[in-house]
Amino acid sequence: MKSLEELKKLREKLQSDTKLRAADGIKVIVGMGTCGIAAGAREVMAALMEEVKKRGLAGVVFQQTGCIGMCEKEVLVDIILPGAPRITYGNVRPSDAGRLVAEHVINGQIVKDLVVAKSV
Amino acid sequence: MQFIRAHVLVCGGTGCMSSGSRQVQAGLEDEIARRGLDNEVKVVQTGCHGFCEMGPLMIIYPEGVFYVSVKAEDVPEIVETHLYKGRIIERLLYREPLSQKSIPSYDEINFYKKQRRIILSNCGHINPDEINEYIAAGGYEALGKALTLMTPAAVTEEVKKSGLRGRGGAGFPTGMKWQFARQSPGEKKYVVCNADEGDPGAFMDRSVLEGDPHRVIEGMIICGYAIGADEGYIYVRAEYPLAIKRLRTAIAQAEEMGFLGKDVFGSGFNFALHIKEGAGAFVCGEETALLQSIEGRRGMPRPRPPFPAVSGLWGKPTNINNVETFANIASIIVDGAEKYAEIGTEKSKGTKVFALTGKINNTGLAEVPMGITMREIIYDIGGGIVDGKKFKAVQIGGPSGGCLPEDMLDLTIDYDSLTAAGAMMGSGGLVVMDETTCMVDVAKFFLTFTQSESCGKCTPCREGTKRMLEILTRITNGEGREGDIALLEDLARGIKQTALCGLGQTAPNPVLSTLKYFRHEYEAHIKDHVCPAGACSNLTGYTITDDCRGCGMCKKVCPVGAIAGEIKERHVIKHKVCIKCGACEGKCPFKAIRKGA
Amino acid sequence: MDNDMVNVTIDGRKVSVHKSASVLNAANKAGAKVPTLCYHPELRPEGACRVCVVEVEGSRTLVASCVYPVSEGMIVRTNTDAVRHARRSVVELMLANHPPDCLVCVRNKNCELQKVAAELGLREIRFDGEKKKHPLDANNPSLVRDNEKCILCGRCVRVCSERQGVHVYSFTRRGFGTVVSPAFDAGLDEAACTYCGQCSVVCPTAAITEKDDAEAVWKAISDPTKHVIIQTAPSVRVALGETQGLAPGAIVTGKMVAALRRMGFDKVFDTNFSADLTIMEEGSEFIHRLKNGGKLPMVTSCSPGWVNLAEMFYPDLLEHLSTAKSPQQMFGAVAKTYYAEKSGIDPKNIVSVSAMPCTAKKAEAVRPQMRSSGYQDVDIVITTRELGRMIKEAGIDFAQIEEEEFDAPMGIGSGAGAIFGATGGVMEAALRTAYELLTGEELKNLDFNDVRGLKGLKEASVNIAGVEVKVAVVNTLGEARQMMERVRAKEAPYHFIEIMACPGGCISGGGQPAPVDGEIRMKRQASIYEIDRCSAVRKSHENPAVKTLYAEWLGQPLGEKAHKLLHTHYHAQHRGI
Repeated sequence: MKSLEELKKLREKLQSDTKLRAADGIKVIVGMGTCGIAAGAREVMAALMEEVKKRGLAGVVFQQTGCIGMCEKEVLVDIILPGAPRITYGNVRPSDAGRLVAEHVINGQIVKDLVVAKSV
Repeated sequence: MQFIRAHVLVCGGTGCMSSGSRQVQAGLEDEIARRGLDNEVKVVQTGCHGFCEMGPLMIIYPEGVFYVSVKAEDVPEIVETHLYKGRIIERLLYREPLSQKSIPSYDEINFYKKQRRIILSNCGHINPDEINEYIAAGGYEALGKALTLMTPAAVTEEVKKSGLRGRGGAGFPTGMKWQFARQSPGEKKYVVCNADEGDPGAFMDRSVLEGDPHRVIEGMIICGYAIGADEGYIYVRAEYPLAIKRLRTAIAQAEEMGFLGKDVFGSGFNFALHIKEGAGAFVCGEETALLQSIEGRRGMPRPRPPFPAVSGLWGKPTNINNVETFANIASIIVDGAEKYAEIGTEKSKGTKVFALTGKINNTGLAEVPMGITMREIIYDIGGGIVDGKKFKAVQIGGPSGGCLPEDMLDLTIDYDSLTAAGAMMGSGGLVVMDETTCMVDVAKFFLTFTQSESCGKCTPCREGTKRMLEILTRITNGEGREGDIALLEDLARGIKQTALCGLGQTAPNPVLSTLKYFRHEYEAHIKDHVCPAGACSNLTGYTITDDCRGCGMCKKVCPVGAIAGEIKERHVIKHKVCIKCGACEGKCPFKAIRKGA
Repeated sequence: MDNDMVNVTIDGRKVSVHKSASVLNAANKAGAKVPTLCYHPELRPEGACRVCVVEVEGSRTLVASCVYPVSEGMIVRTNTDAVRHARRSVVELMLANHPPDCLVCVRNKNCELQKVAAELGLREIRFDGEKKKHPLDANNPSLVRDNEKCILCGRCVRVCSERQGVHVYSFTRRGFGTVVSPAFDAGLDEAACTYCGQCSVVCPTAAITEKDDAEAVWKAISDPTKHVIIQTAPSVRVALGETQGLAPGAIVTGKMVAALRRMGFDKVFDTNFSADLTIMEEGSEFIHRLKNGGKLPMVTSCSPGWVNLAEMFYPDLLEHLSTAKSPQQMFGAVAKTYYAEKSGIDPKNIVSVSAMPCTAKKAEAVRPQMRSSGYQDVDIVITTRELGRMIKEAGIDFAQIEEEEFDAPMGIGSGAGAIFGATGGVMEAALRTAYELLTGEELKNLDFNDVRGLKGLKEASVNIAGVEVKVAVVNTLGEARQMMERVRAKEAPYHFIEIMACPGGCISGGGQPAPVDGEIRMKRQASIYEIDRCSAVRKSHENPAVKTLYAEWLGQPLGEKAHKLLHTHYHAQHRGI
């Protein structure tokens, strides 16, 4: 270790590994109730994760949640950008992952045709 | 594809390991792999959270859910319900002892909420075997800053300005100590870390070493730079095998990354660090005895002056601080002395870690700002007294400390207020006692400890504590003599005045403080042959309370005629006659007879 | 102005002392007598016993004056209520854990603990609790350790490590159980102890004492079938007076001889006689080695503490040791052969006693090699201290007694024999004889001043018959070890080395009266050289009795008979860990 600059660079690189322990990132929440799983929630989550990874995005946190009573609209996915309302998408399929990540997670544009709800 | 979306932090501190965290972790790794989640979920072993009583502990991120008392059998459910389906497992959450409310998040628990974790901030949250996690948490920035942007004098000045005082016991200003070592002439100097934690019940140093070893190492390297030392020793007791293992790993990693070794941060500064394992003598926590021990001699204190800053390890100028003191350095350097000094009281800055034990609901490590009251620690953080019993005293500062009574609960905790009250900050042991604790017995307990741990070098400590212990023993056996209290006081004052080292000089404190605040208990033992707390088995007298209706049943059943009283009047037990058989207690229809006075 | 001096106020009196002084030094200078126990003027101060506490203004507690350094403007009070009370308490605590058998203790009236307790006016011991229990360590011929009398001052630990370099003792265990002992609680017979006895000299109480053999002597004397003879070592006569209340270094040769006769010894002889004999043999051996390419440097072997050290620590270097027996053992061998023959006494009825300055001599006498007369050559060894006690037991008024002369022939010794008692003496005696034997010329100046004095290591070079003979003289085992390390590393450029186990040589041997300090040692040393100076014969080879012995009976030095009776061999000892 030869300079403070070198240390700072290393730290920034390393922080991507521990970032999910901080509570300040973009949240992607996938409905993982029995209904969700039956509708393919695992596959949707896997596709979303792959998309995030492919684009090298740091600080995107994945969480799961249970059934919220809209079983017919599963798979349900919530995306929360810091400071923005919670957007719930319905009938999400693995093939929608690219759009959700590119348009909403990266550009902050809601993917209107999939939205089922918006809440604070 | 690997995308880590969740971290499961399993506590790998000594406490949790002994309650089974290794099995939990192994089971977890197997189960995660079995469910095909090993590309998404990472298991991280951390150091101690300081809440060992509730162990094994587990935190799952990103939710930050805190599970307690996790068993290996719980693992499949954790993987299925939490990691796969994202649902919190209610029954594994911590419940507040008073409200019985279950709390999912670490930060919401009262035990943690009132704490101010600086020293312990990484403990339980990073993997101590992974230097990268320490760096990611901001580690070694202080070292970089000190070495590249500050002069040794400026570093020393910063530590002085912070108001940091030694966390090992006596509370000597750390910056002053550094300055003495800095100004002491000599080419070769040493930095020594005192990790010979030995107070009964205290384990904060162990937790820091196990949970965040780099923080201590970083503090030591900075100290080396400040005083002009190129070599350091960590003197850690051999009874801390896990701490030693993690320290070895940490030193190797720091060497590999160039935080230790030659030309650190390109500054031309060199520093080498060694570990010296102690053989378990309490007195080796005394700095001069510790140095003797590193040198390979029997750990016996040597007279001061000369102080280690002038003539320390192998006769060279040496700065010795304890683990917790070194753990403070990085935040002082990074955030600046002024920010650091915002915490605490006028003369005691920063935080202090206490080891809460005894008759208290939440036992564990509590890092609190100086100036907090005893009441806040015991009731807010500690969750109050077990079984709703009445608080009686808190013993603070270990064998050198003292017992403070209920009316001192609102005492703000800092070095000076504690010393003035007859206790001591010490290493921060905090033993809470309830009404069933006998204060003479408590004094005896600590004297037994200091007597058996006395190095035997000086007469007052070796012989004097023995005689004090004998007197205390006879008092608790019901054989106390008229004049014993005066004799105890005379001995105690003599030992304080004449013993060679701090261990001896403070050994009488538990007796003096209990005599100060609980003298009546001593008197009751000696004069009335009664242990008011009902703890001393030879003196567990029975008493008849106001509920007595004077039925006379007890009088009839007493085999030795120890009960007197007229019918329909309150009866009394003659303690000197009573043989403590307990027959009366069982016979009384009004539950008016109870143990103790 | 000397800026190495600082001004200190002691009890209101100003004194100026060197900045390296302790408060104790300063107090002494100011005329304040501060009691001490663990402190010893010749050992590193420890501050362990806490008897010497004083008040230093500004200090939170009382301080141990023996270890507390002075500083400019320091104000000290040595006599306040707090100080007196604290000192009394400390001694009271010691006594509470000490056997109350002063009246029957061997150190009665000569015990530092007793003295301090008396001076502090201690009148009561308020503690009647447990006392420590330890078995006696008495399985060796030289020393007895009674740990129940030990006050843990650590002087023995320090003298054995700092001065003697042997490190037999250390503190073990903790708290009330703390004890001084060799590693693993071994007895001294199992530990690497040389029996030098320096520990018994510095011990303030009776925790370490010489093994008392007085009773065996009395028994022999009172046995009419026994012919009891005694030899007295050169250094006994300059120290014995101290046991009888005379001034340190008083020369009491004649009184001692008289006292021994009154005690009932049949003959009173002098070890100076056999010291001369030792020079004849050892000197000849040295010349032989020098001329014939023998093992050099040759090292003297008359100090049995040193011989033990060599056998335990330098078994690879034993060939360097002179094979000549010590004067005590030469005397013993000759007494039960030559003297027995000449006086017509059956050697089995001779009880040969020696009075020695040394505890290791007791062990030397029982070495299996020391039976060349067919019997144990020396039967009983008593130290100066035991002799002093026996004189008192016998009711002899030592101060008044008329001086008497040693018996002939073994009471005749030279000045060269006399100086064996001081470090350098053996070397000087040997050089006097070697010079004359090698050159055939008379030595003009008999005083080899380079080898005299109390320094740990002295070196000299003497031209003898064209050979530059380099010699070294070493005293204390600590210095001996340093020298032998050099010998082992082949970095000791000497022909001849004298080694004495004790500081200053036999004059402060392990069996000599306590206390000893530099001043007392110097007085005893001066007396030794005074005896030499006043001797008619000052060279061993001119001792008429020795000449007769060789002419009549022994033949030549290193001859067959001499070899059998007067030489010995050494073997490695495996003790300690």
